[in-house]
Amino acid sequence: MALLQLSEPGESTAPHQHRLAVGIDLGTTNSLVATVRHSLPECLPDDTGRILLPSVVRYLRGGATVVGTEALAAESTDPRNTIASVKRLMGRGPVDADPGMRARYDLVDAAGMVRINTVIGPRSPVEVSAEILKVLRARAEESLGGDLIGAVITVPAYFDDAQRQATKDAARLAGLNVLRLLNEPTAAAIAYGLDEAAEGIYAVFDLGGGTFDFSILRLSRGVFEVMATSGDSALGGDDFDELLAHWLHKQAAGADLDCGANRALLSEARRAKEALTTDASVVAKVPQLGGGVRTVNVTAEVFQSLTQGLVERCLQPVKKALRDAVLKVADIEAVVLVGGATRMPHLRAAVKTFFGRAPFTDIDPDKVVAIGAAVQANVLAGNRRADEDWLLLDVIPLSLGLETMGGLVEKIVPRNATIPVAKAQEFTTFKDGQTAMSIHVVQGERELVSDCRSLARFELRGIPPLVAGAARIRVTFQIDADGLLSVAAREQTTGIEANVTVKPSYGLSDDEVANMLKAGFEHATDDMKARALREQKVDAERLIEATRQALAEDADLLSLAEAQRIDTAIAALVVAREGVDHLVIKAAIEVLSAATADFAARRMDKAIRTALTGSRVDSL
Amino acid sequence: MQDYFSLFHLPEKFDLHRAALEAAYRNVQAQVHPDRFAHRSEAERRVAMQWATHANEAYRALRNPVERARYLLARRGMEIDAERNTAMSHAFLMQQMAWREAVEEAAGNASALQRLEQDLQRDEGVMLDDLQHALDDANDLAASAELVRRLMFMEKLRSEIDDALAVLDN
Repeated sequence: MALLQLSEPGESTAPHQHRLAVGIDLGTTNSLVATVRHSLPECLPDDTGRILLPSVVRYLRGGATVVGTEALAAESTDPRNTIASVKRLMGRGPVDADPGMRARYDLVDAAGMVRINTVIGPRSPVEVSAEILKVLRARAEESLGGDLIGAVITVPAYFDDAQRQATKDAARLAGLNVLRLLNEPTAAAIAYGLDEAAEGIYAVFDLGGGTFDFSILRLSRGVFEVMATSGDSALGGDDFDELLAHWLHKQAAGADLDCGANRALLSEARRAKEALTTDASVVAKVPQLGGGVRTVNVTAEVFQSLTQGLVERCLQPVKKALRDAVLKVADIEAVVLVGGATRMPHLRAAVKTFFGRAPFTDIDPDKVVAIGAAVQANVLAGNRRADEDWLLLDVIPLSLGLETMGGLVEKIVPRNATIPVAKAQEFTTFKDGQTAMSIHVVQGERELVSDCRSLARFELRGIPPLVAGAARIRVTFQIDADGLLSVAAREQTTGIEANVTVKPSYGLSDDEVANMLKAGFEHATDDMKARALREQKVDAERLIEATRQALAEDADLLSLAEAQRIDTAIAALVVAREGVDHLVIKAAIEVLSAATADFAARRMDKAIRTALTGSRVDSL
Repeated sequence: MQDYFSLFHLPEKFDLHRAALEAAYRNVQAQVHPDRFAHRSEAERRVAMQWATHANEAYRALRNPVERARYLLARRGMEIDAERNTAMSHAFLMQQMAWREAVEEAAGNASALQRLEQDLQRDEGVMLDDLQHALDDANDLAASAELVRRLMFMEKLRSEIDDALAVLDN
């Protein structure tokens, strides 16, 4: 039993070692981090006791950055270098950048994604977001006392591929291993569902600072199944602030404001909006050009009538999701409110009127998403308790299509399809000897390519030269559990793997991200090496443990020779892990991964074969 | 990868209990879903994604009766070439035209559209019963194929009615 010896003296990890994992809500206005400790989810505060970190990053001359409350305080004095609501720019190109953001910052159009000009040069929204994530990561590692094995980062359900990829890149820049990108309303449902052991059909109404999501989920016997999701990725509490700010400015009859005064006006509008949650009226101090303020009285009625149009805009996606799920309002068991903006009384009233019942608000709408993400992170990290047997089935929010003749879209994956999902499509050449072709992938519901969001253009190269129509190229579009797209292509008649060059229409290329990572460590080469080493050690640890567990369960699936090969690879990695060269560890990880590839496939086959036999049936 | 019925350990028949399919699907996903392997090696994560994708595809195909029938027919060597093979009985073609006219007339009238949708659903129910007999009892591939093509037309018509209702909703 050579295999058993492996997990003996000195090397074995404790069987129920708790792996540190967190859930992060990377919000438009605020961000926060939560974890599960002693089986209970909790939000982690900073050293002054604050849980919410304002999603604001200030760049200082000289290269230092300030994040959070301190940065927020500098908003009106240093508006151009103090970036707020950067989430609204994630994965956004020059044409679709938010007009409000365009007015507030010095945006530069760059390939793939806009950049924000700051005192230390142009910064991409990915880099700005990474600054926020770094602070939360440091907070978590300090308070948990160790390196994180990974994080679940939440994204609006209605985020498209480019926005999701940008979020994942930001996490990578911040040195976080992303266990999963989780949709915000789904995270909220987890937080609620596990609390109440709920069964039935639930709706989650999530209005954040900059995005609106609406999801319908069916909860039954431990399965969270998203039935439909819809939303508006450019509608949020910020828009209410802007309308009120505009009105306040008009009432005060002031001259046009400069950038700093404008930001002061916006934050005053936000303050007034928040006060109107409980008060019937509020006195706002409206900044004037050249200093000084003028006071303006705002009543709740005025605010309501100003923003009624925005409230109604929220109801359109609600109706769409109900239609998609083939449900009526009466089928909905309960509605959960998420996001700080759902505190507005007239919005709550509108939701209550539409659904004919008062919404759930038991869990703080600012924290519920992070809590759900923490619960999911805990399970994904492998800390699942024996009695904790739930499963999450989420969907793709927007249809995926291909450009066809005349600028039309052919849908290949419909919206609300359960992920992961794949679709294979066959293409052929239309000219003799043609060796390349291009495919344009778009996301959206409209029929014209120009009305959808361009995701990527794929160049298929290396097609064998044949007569027109003879080559058959099978292209597989795979959407993974994070909702991210990847593409593979193969020529069918010759079996030649066609070369796929992906040119994302938006987002950063791998090289760009790598360069940013490098740039971040320019002044700290030792720091970079230390981190790379630590990361490889964590990866090595994870792989050794996973492989040992697999061997303990299914060693009988291996021939003696195969088992010995895996044995040797584990032993080599155990030795490499103790060294100081991260590249050596990385190489040993790759050897072990390769040695276990077939084993992984066989284990899954076995799991499927036994899925419906034995006692496991009863557990569902 | 296994065929859809073996994957879910279900008999290869058109007649299928929705609850049994659902339970089997959840059971398989509980074994293979990528969330179960997030902390495992890359090889395991890749295999999990492939299986979960396969399970989703199988579930989607078997859940929808018309898709299920197409799949059964394909496994018996009969491909439904919907675009090229439009041969349908004269009576059904006349019926199609009558329905199309009815949809056009009902446009803009929600209750008329809903009535029409109910009529369609009733007729679809009859066709599905016929299809079950043709596939499971008689193994009459030609008759099954024609029924599938008819039902595909009905589905399309129903989605047009849905679209018309959606427009009225907004």
